[in-house]
Amino acid sequence: MKHFLQVQGLAKRYPSPDGKGRLTVFEDANFTVEKGEFVCVIGHSGCGKSTILNILAGLDEASAGTVIMNGKEVAGPSLQRGVVFQNYSLLPWLSALNNVAFGVRARWPEWNKWQVTEHSMKFLELVSLKDAINRKPAQLSGGMRQRVSIARAFATQPQLLLLDEPFGALDALTRGVIQEELLKIWHETKQTVFMITHDVDEAILLSDRVLLMTNGPHARVAESVKIAIPRPRDRNSVIHHPAYYRIRNHLVEFLLSRSRELTDHAARSGENMNTDPAAIPLEVDPSLENSGIPDLALKRRTARAQVIDHLKPTSTSA
Amino acid sequence: MLRSLNARATVVSLLFLAVLLGLWEINSHAPAASSAKSEYELLMGGAEQETRVPPPSAVIERAVEELSDPFYDAGPNDKGIGIQLAYSIYRVLSGYFMAALVAILCGFLIGMSPLMYKSLNPYIQVLRPISPLAWMPLALFIIKDSEASAIFVIFICSIWPMLINTAFGVASVRKDWVNVARTHELSPWRTAFTVILPAAAPTILTGMRISIGIAWLVIVAAEMLVGGTGIGYYVWNEWNNLDLTSVIFSILMIGVVGMLLDMALSAVTRLVRYQE
Ligand SMILES: Nc1ncnc2c1ncn2[C@@H]1O[C@H](COP(=O)(O)OP(=O)(O)OP(=O)(O)O)[C@@H](O)[C@H]1O
Ligand SMILES: [Mg+2]
Repeated sequence: MKHFLQVQGLAKRYPSPDGKGRLTVFEDANFTVEKGEFVCVIGHSGCGKSTILNILAGLDEASAGTVIMNGKEVAGPSLQRGVVFQNYSLLPWLSALNNVAFGVRARWPEWNKWQVTEHSMKFLELVSLKDAINRKPAQLSGGMRQRVSIARAFATQPQLLLLDEPFGALDALTRGVIQEELLKIWHETKQTVFMITHDVDEAILLSDRVLLMTNGPHARVAESVKIAIPRPRDRNSVIHHPAYYRIRNHLVEFLLSRSRELTDHAARSGENMNTDPAAIPLEVDPSLENSGIPDLALKRRTARAQVIDHLKPTSTSA
Repeated sequence: MLRSLNARATVVSLLFLAVLLGLWEINSHAPAASSAKSEYELLMGGAEQETRVPPPSAVIERAVEELSDPFYDAGPNDKGIGIQLAYSIYRVLSGYFMAALVAILCGFLIGMSPLMYKSLNPYIQVLRPISPLAWMPLALFIIKDSEASAIFVIFICSIWPMLINTAFGVASVRKDWVNVARTHELSPWRTAFTVILPAAAPTILTGMRISIGIAWLVIVAAEMLVGGTGIGYYVWNEWNNLDLTSVIFSILMIGVVGMLLDMALSAVTRLVRYQE
């Protein structure tokens, strides 16, 4: 069983403000992503989503655990993993075209100027920015900037694309348009995408699977929710699919209550609960089950945690 | 009716100039009906004209005369204003560009490495407030050449603003932009040239603009000390000749050249400036 991306026992800890203990942002993150899959991560603010993404990108270091992509451990940033940052991160002194060309030139240093421009133009066209290529980022709207950023990431054709709340700062209308552009470009390139979002509807529209994180500190990746809605999807048709509201309710319900309950529960069961390196997220397909999913999920978790508690020798808290 | 602000500003400027020159002109002429000359004044004879600040008309006359043939060379003490200015500009630019080279390279190093910043900062803080002319005796002793010493003084006075601004500009490049370079696997050299340099360029150029201003201030004083050639020497020489008309004319020329140098750098700053 070999996965394209394998995340094992990932944890991030910072020294706590008083300097004595350690502050655990998240721990025991175990999940996998297959080639060509579109995976979204949802969780409350501060649970460590950006931190996980930065670790996957190689920009940040984990306190524990490993990330394996294509059989190789991730150590440091690489052109094989493209990143779209939350705040676009375009270089303000370059035009839209040159921002994309910046990535293309880094990816294929042997290409001549003409090839670089041609390739960059292709991706700017995919995000409908053909007419604004000579403008600097400051002369573009927020939505246009994010499109340039997406074009830059896709144009370098990385094996894995990491998107950190790419539409977080956009209004609903623009967001909808760019979401569809993202789907289009994803269909065309068949790239693997790992994306963070705050928006449940966005996750359902875009992804094959949604990873749900509990609240921090001591956050975990608790569930992996399958989005069993056939593609191609678009914003209008997706909401009429019979499974849509079941999936949506499941996700919303997780965010509203279980994300907190699971964290509280972990905290109540004591310090030694914090080390369960094999804790894989619960796999859920809301389109199949009928009712009572949340309760069941919580019970399974609880039962499992207690078993682990019993198996442990005396507590060895770190 | 004058609509644009610029046009109105020009009119007011010219008005101020006219009033100023008028007052100056009136005050610098000898009173028309002067009473009998004192014994001292008689003794001084025709020196009366020279005890007064020359009127603007005399300065303008001198300016026309000097600027119509700025590059004449009639021996060590009689060179055209153009030649003197050229000497000064040459010294300023050679000291300045050497300083820029050193300051930008060291500034990069200091800005990139917190260790370098912490270890070199005390030296910078001590050396920076030293008046550049205080270096002159030491420079003359070590270099044993007045020309090179003047250039050294320019070097030392223009290095600090550039060094500090480069270090600051490099250190405060947005982390996101550095991360863009990292995720694109750029080499340290390419990161420095394609990301950090353009990002820090406006700050670096602000430092360069401050430096050229200081260098131009200092060269006049330095040339008064070392003598020989240059606009600073020229001013001092004309003062010794009691030729105040030439002194005033050269003061104005110093101002004009300083302004041109500043305008040149501000034009370059505009080229590298970007909007976030
Ligand atoms: N240098 C640091 N020292 C201490 N704590 C930190 C540091 N950097 C981040 N954190 C903590 O790590 C947690 C996770 O941050 P992260 O940016 O990953 O959250 P996030 O899930 O992406 O939130 P959001 O949805 O708001 O973007 C936060 O609670 C933050 O306080
Ligand atoms: Mg975040």
